[in-house]
Amino acid sequence: MSSFRVSGRGRVDHTQPIQFTFDGKKIKGFKGDTIASALLANGIHLMGRSFKYHRPRGAVTAGSEEPNALVGTRRGPGRFEPNTRATVQEIWDGLQVNSQNRYPSLSFDIGAINDKAYMLFSAGFYYKTFMWPKSFWDKVYEPFIRAAAGLGVSPTEPDPDHYASRYLHTDVLIIGAGPAGLAAALTAARAGSQVTLVDENPEAGGSLLSEPSAVIEDVPAWDWVAKTVAELKELGVKVMTRTTAIGYYHQNMVGLCEKLTDHLASPDAETPRERMWRVRAKQVVLAQGALEKPLVFDGNDRPGVMLAGSAQTYINRYGVRVGNKAVIVTSHDSAWYAAFDLADAGTTIAAIVDTRSEPNADLIAEATKRGIRIMAGHTVTGTEGRLRVKSVRVNPVTGSTVGQAEIIGCDCLLMSGGWTPSLHLFSHTKGTLKWDDERQTFLPDHKAEECEIAGAGRGLWGIEAVLNDGAEMGAAVAKSLGKKAKAASYGVANDRSGTGVSHKELPTDLDAGKARAFVDYQNDVTAKDLRLAVREGMRSIEHVKRYTTNGMATDQGKMSNINGLNIASDALGVPQPKVGLTTFRPPYTPTTFGAFCGYHKGSHFEVTRKTPIDSWAEENGAAYEPVSLWRRAWYFPKDGEDMHAAVSRECLATRASVGIFDASTLGKIEVVGPDSVEFMNRMYTNPWTKLAPGRARYGLLLGDDGFIRDDGVIGRLADDRFHVTTTTGGAARVLNMMEDYLQTEWPDLDVWLTSTTEQWATIALNGPNARKVLEPFVEGLDMSDEAFPHMSVAECRVGGFPARLFRISFTGEVGFEVNVPAHAGRALWEMLFEAGKKYDICPYGTETMHVLRAEKGYIIVGQDTDGTVTPHDAGLSWAIGKMKPDFVGKRGLARPDLVAEGRKQLIGLLTEDGKTKLEEGAQIVLDPNQPKPMKMVGHVTSSYHSDAAGRPIAMALLEDGFNRMGETIYIPMPDRVIKATVTGTVFYDPEGERLKL
Amino acid sequence: MLLIHCPYCNQTLPELEFTYAGEAHIARPADPSSVSDEEWRDFLFIRTNVKGPHYERWRHFHGCGRYFNAVRDTVSDRFLITYKTDDPRPELSKLLEKSK
Repeated sequence: MSSFRVSGRGRVDHTQPIQFTFDGKKIKGFKGDTIASALLANGIHLMGRSFKYHRPRGAVTAGSEEPNALVGTRRGPGRFEPNTRATVQEIWDGLQVNSQNRYPSLSFDIGAINDKAYMLFSAGFYYKTFMWPKSFWDKVYEPFIRAAAGLGVSPTEPDPDHYASRYLHTDVLIIGAGPAGLAAALTAARAGSQVTLVDENPEAGGSLLSEPSAVIEDVPAWDWVAKTVAELKELGVKVMTRTTAIGYYHQNMVGLCEKLTDHLASPDAETPRERMWRVRAKQVVLAQGALEKPLVFDGNDRPGVMLAGSAQTYINRYGVRVGNKAVIVTSHDSAWYAAFDLADAGTTIAAIVDTRSEPNADLIAEATKRGIRIMAGHTVTGTEGRLRVKSVRVNPVTGSTVGQAEIIGCDCLLMSGGWTPSLHLFSHTKGTLKWDDERQTFLPDHKAEECEIAGAGRGLWGIEAVLNDGAEMGAAVAKSLGKKAKAASYGVANDRSGTGVSHKELPTDLDAGKARAFVDYQNDVTAKDLRLAVREGMRSIEHVKRYTTNGMATDQGKMSNINGLNIASDALGVPQPKVGLTTFRPPYTPTTFGAFCGYHKGSHFEVTRKTPIDSWAEENGAAYEPVSLWRRAWYFPKDGEDMHAAVSRECLATRASVGIFDASTLGKIEVVGPDSVEFMNRMYTNPWTKLAPGRARYGLLLGDDGFIRDDGVIGRLADDRFHVTTTTGGAARVLNMMEDYLQTEWPDLDVWLTSTTEQWATIALNGPNARKVLEPFVEGLDMSDEAFPHMSVAECRVGGFPARLFRISFTGEVGFEVNVPAHAGRALWEMLFEAGKKYDICPYGTETMHVLRAEKGYIIVGQDTDGTVTPHDAGLSWAIGKMKPDFVGKRGLARPDLVAEGRKQLIGLLTEDGKTKLEEGAQIVLDPNQPKPMKMVGHVTSSYHSDAAGRPIAMALLEDGFNRMGETIYIPMPDRVIKATVTGTVFYDPEGERLKL
Repeated sequence: MLLIHCPYCNQTLPELEFTYAGEAHIARPADPSSVSDEEWRDFLFIRTNVKGPHYERWRHFHGCGRYFNAVRDTVSDRFLITYKTDDPRPELSKLLEKSK
């Protein structure tokens, strides 16, 4: 093992070596290592290239806030994930890790040319550099930027993993299992509350894992963590690790993403990769701690430049020294402790550079004891080193004067700009934040949910303060649940509390305009970019953010927010609280689509509704089309037939003899009750009072705005009972609308509405021989023309099944629709099909149904209408019950716009050559020679080849169409202009002779 | 996800069971034919679009199926009250007093 691993140190298991690959090279680590800690143990800092400039980058943190060390991970076939955070992903034998955004290799990347051309990529470069000439955008700039920018590549294979989702109800949800969270959980659980404790790390402990020398109530910190977790489990607390609280939603609902298999070499195939928990908690305690800020100076992004607290985590938690010779630059006491821990582990500390002129005397004494050089009141003005930092440029600062530089050699530079409370989840709830002048950061102010914030999240510092605050908050939530709770008081030895100051970019003696001082590492945003944005007129922090993309990367500015704010505030000349923060949104850390999808993928993504006859269609080779959630038989191709041939055959067969069609998807609503006639009179345009039981009528439904909403045939079964049919897609909408009027406008009506769509299977028989096929199966009904004429309905038995039989037609042929209980649908279909064979019965699908109805000029609501079409526009004025005092839409039809001249009206179109089929949706013009843009006066709504008409036919909505009969209009297409003549919409059997038996 | 109280079921249930149904207390005129074009336009299209407490309708679609009324703050998404369709329109000042 390398010299960077300190034998016996850390929480990794030194007896369990693990081997994985990084860019194909074998790397050794220990169980418990992350990719980053294992690479660092091998002296590897260079882990990736940056988004825009392709600058070499290494891990800058040891946690989920990592902006730089994003890698591709492969866990076997199909299991590739881009942008995995190397600082989070645990290693296992055989894990394949690859660096990203580099070509041909990580150490030599030709994309790094962008770094030399950084002047081109400054704030707002999208809007400036690549403006001109316009034609270059598509061909040069965009492809260039796309190829050069970015991080990992998307996986190309389907995700073979499965994902789960669960609900959880808990009294208290505690987010973060550091000292505050553990103390809160312990207090609340001891008081008898039902507690759930979650943490994104593989184990509980939080910052205590990086502070092994602390002693809590005479117990070493790590032992205290183990003891506490054991007691929590004994108290029944649900402790969930590797579980990230990704979002905090209304009424204390928190989304948790639990990672179950990514850390395992050979996970059980039954185990989901991740599990999304939707937790509803009575009380929430946010104990998420604080995140360390970088300092902003030229070259603060070189591999080897890292947050001091993270270096402390690497040595204490993973037993890894991040370098042999370190320089510390800090504005906060905490970095001194990192220096001491590293020094004690054998790393040479070349200097501690503190921006403050008078650091804490105790710290100076400790440093002096270790022989560490202290440079108080100094700044860092640059770093050197191509793939790894090799020296730091340090200058003294007196007042506003930056003195002579000194170059100090090193192989790592550990920085700390202080700490920012992690309040992302709190912000999700619209809880407000308040600027704290002393701590130079935002702290929680008004709460919007039932929650408490504990520990470093409230700006507290030091283990003792945080533990006691956690206990207080645990007691507070338990009390609010009516429990008797008492907060324990903790004493901590070897506590390392401290203070610090907050900076904008550090002062420099060099040209600040040339400084590559990064604020947002992941989006490559520098201090200069932020100042430029302000100079160019951005005033709101939201505009500065969007113009520079500061804080818009996948880390959502966890490290960059306050530094960005400090710089913007300085550039604007207004204090930080006046500038304000941008909004944090879920998820807290990048979350897989799989976790959000859960079980809802493939055929479970959306329901596919199938009719009782669907299986027959499938066995008989139907082609399907989706119609709302239904899949419907589209046509039934015979060997070698294309759609056109099949539809043509089905149309001819139906008109010549008999066709059979599955109409089960039609919406059906049972309208029942003493006031059902009055209800129907009010809902539909048509008059219903005089419709006798046993008769059916075409019904038209409008909105109160006067526009067509739906239509369908409605049969009256009894004085107080109607069988209403709706369009396939409109069924739920129509029932909802009926319920709305019934419940809220006419509660006086005694009517019940029931959806019966799926109770009935509906088989349509159409054609001159339809009755001959059907009649032998019908019992209890005289099917003669006199007894059962067109537009009749009857309850009878068909094929031995109870049935509702309609004589109606959507084809212009003699037609019957048989409704039988759904379970009998297929059986009756097969009986009828068998019996129909002697008449060459032909099953047909929705396409033939469309052609047959179009030949007769029957509209399809939603195809020939679009929500702006009145009954008059559609040629359906005859369906209006003009004598009725009111119906839904009656007043709407009198609106000035609806009675105006020149509205678009539904007409027929015949192409002049008699051969060309128009495109549905094609636009119509009156003069094809007018200059562009032409005035469009309508569009084609339906268009088919018609064997019955012997030519293509079409319907269209055309301005003033009824007054243009016989006129020629034009349909411009990309390659030609088509001429067509305006006609009526009935193309076949205009007298309706074929409806008669 | 919101929790919504259905005044008919008298239960507080997840938002998934409910559908939104527009502004409340917009009654369809008893005799539409007698109202002016402007009045009919207002009935059809004109809504208050408030920032703050909003009188609105919901339907317990995947439950009892009833439409009911609610006052919800459009800024915080918080329900101040839900009530049956034929209950009188609650006074805002009293609701705000109660929620404090």
